[in-house]
Amino acid sequence: MSHRLINWFRYASPQSFYPLAGRMIPWFWSLAAIFGVAGLTIGFLLAPTDAQQGEGYRIIFLHVPASWMSMFVYLVMAFWAALGLAFNTRLSGMMASALAPTGALFSFISLWTGALWGKPMWGTWWVWDARLTSELILLFLYIGFIALQAAIDDPRRADKAGAILALVGVVNIPIIYFSVKWWNTLHQGASVSLTRSPSMAALMLWGMLLCALACWMYTIAVALTRARTIMLERERHTEWVHALLTEKN
Amino acid sequence: MYWQSVSDFLAMGQHGPYVWGSVLVTAALMIGEPLLIVRHRKAVIARLQRQFRADQADRQRRTNALESSIMSGSRN
Repeated sequence: MSHRLINWFRYASPQSFYPLAGRMIPWFWSLAAIFGVAGLTIGFLLAPTDAQQGEGYRIIFLHVPASWMSMFVYLVMAFWAALGLAFNTRLSGMMASALAPTGALFSFISLWTGALWGKPMWGTWWVWDARLTSELILLFLYIGFIALQAAIDDPRRADKAGAILALVGVVNIPIIYFSVKWWNTLHQGASVSLTRSPSMAALMLWGMLLCALACWMYTIAVALTRARTIMLERERHTEWVHALLTEKN
Repeated sequence: MYWQSVSDFLAMGQHGPYVWGSVLVTAALMIGEPLLIVRHRKAVIARLQRQFRADQADRQRRTNALESSIMSGSRN
């Protein structure tokens, strides 16, 4: 038991996490490319048209994975932030900072593709309803987190302040997810849910799930790359960063 | 294959601008972000390496100065 604990905490130190992440990144890039090509091929070349929405429905293969990711990434970010607050580990704050820009990117993609989907289907780019507004607030939470961290010079204090903002903002995630149930909205209900079988053709579902997997792999690859850069900057006074960068010459 | 022709595919049943507008922006962002972070990473590594070299040279200069002052002191 104690042996396993020691192993876990070993990778919580940047020094041992850095090379491990470096070895994993190419694998995540490859998987992202494979899943992405497969998902988009199914979604844009093989899947049949939608009976109600025509071809415009194909935006779903970008919109739904991006929207899922924008929420998942926030939860993962808040999880790291909570770990950082509870255990004061150096790695946690770095991971939270590494995830925020990608989360913001996915919420922007979600809003952008949503607007382009809304125009032909609902006749409007934007409505101030619960689902759309709460997703916009999510984008602002990401931007607020990034700005708050950037405004504080001491990285440990920046981590703490960011962590509190991230944790308070978590309340927005169930609001986004359940908004289509709780309020009347233009937005359609969930296409895929855990409690009932999906309300879409199998081929469409596969395309969407593969695109979502590609987004997962993409996020892990990007976040690990960014975390490695943050590690070098924050640990520049340590022996291991010095040794790593001077032996590269 | 679902499509009859390339122009069919591009037209997306009159929804072309909406579908391709989504695809282009998503692709630009998801290709742009990795390029930006890799460029940033290289810049950070280059800056730290410059800094380490400068520190190294600084230490060397100080050691040399110290040595030469000791040497000149022993000669007197």
